[in-house]
Amino acid sequence: MLDVKAGDEQSFTLLLHRYRTPLVNFLYRMVRNREQAEDLAQEVFLRVYRAREDYVPSAKFTTWLFRIATNLALNSVRDNRYQRMEISLDAPVTADAEDGDEKMPDVAEKHPNIEQHLIEETRRKMIRRAIEKLPEKQRAAVLLHKYQELNYGEISKILECSESALKSLLFRAYETLRVELAPLVAQQSRQ
Amino acid sequence: MSCSRMEKKIMGFVDGRLKEGERLEMEKHLSTCVACRLRVNEFRAVNVLLNELPIIEPSAAFDVRMQARVAAEPAKQNWWAWFAPSSRVAFAASMLALAMVWLGSRPADSPLSAADIDKINQNLPVLENYDVISDFAPLSELPPPAQNDDASDTNQNQQM
Repeated sequence: MLDVKAGDEQSFTLLLHRYRTPLVNFLYRMVRNREQAEDLAQEVFLRVYRAREDYVPSAKFTTWLFRIATNLALNSVRDNRYQRMEISLDAPVTADAEDGDEKMPDVAEKHPNIEQHLIEETRRKMIRRAIEKLPEKQRAAVLLHKYQELNYGEISKILECSESALKSLLFRAYETLRVELAPLVAQQSRQ
Repeated sequence: MSCSRMEKKIMGFVDGRLKEGERLEMEKHLSTCVACRLRVNEFRAVNVLLNELPIIEPSAAFDVRMQARVAAEPAKQNWWAWFAPSSRVAFAASMLALAMVWLGSRPADSPLSAADIDKINQNLPVLENYDVISDFAPLSELPPPAQNDDASDTNQNQQM
């Protein structure tokens, strides 16, 4: 990032290549819409680019990046919620409409057995929905902890809460997931 | 350690981020508490299940769109940029320099010669008297000079 600050455009391209996939994944899990996730990821990078000259390396770059992303995602989730309420209370956007977003490229090669493939797809759908049901701040905490592998200090800075509050947030989230995924958890525990 | 104190440490225990002392304390508790042991196992199972979600790759157009948006960003101007060399600034500066040289090369105005100054010094009392007389209040009370009388006197003399 310091190279980007110094005006090195190539370094910005490197940052883009390094962080676009984790960022899009994080935002997709937050907003549940691929197109919107990509738009938000672009907005994050654009904000990073605009702020390059004022960047002060007081925190890790990833902390700064995901803080911008989390704020954008939380705002977007809230906006979507109000939008949905305005459109129709009876016909909310369901996760089914977005299931096609996660396509396994070589499903047929990996799973010649269609039954096995369906089982795995059902499991994934359950997991995805369990995550989606979490309140947004708990969801962000789980995603940053599990998929971005950030430490408690970094996540608490991103979510603007204390480490103690973050641990409670994660505990409550895992409690909900444990209940929502009870059949899979029982199956997994037996293995 | 009580079960309620477990809440803050259970995630750290599951993902192996606890300090050595805390980990030992937790293990000691788990060896006697079946409920907490079950919960730890279930949290571990959840952790494994979360690995099953596939990673999504950004669309092919992502980079192209991003580069286009970055290219469309206006160049950031700071006030130091005002000092950056430009043809307009250089032209204005050179014109200013030429004007200063031209003004400097003109002969200096010498309004009064030594003779003139001497003459003024000689007439200075007259000027001072004029200043006094022009502001002298009693004189302002005198009637204005009778110019018509003088004129009629002149005519009478001519007739005689």
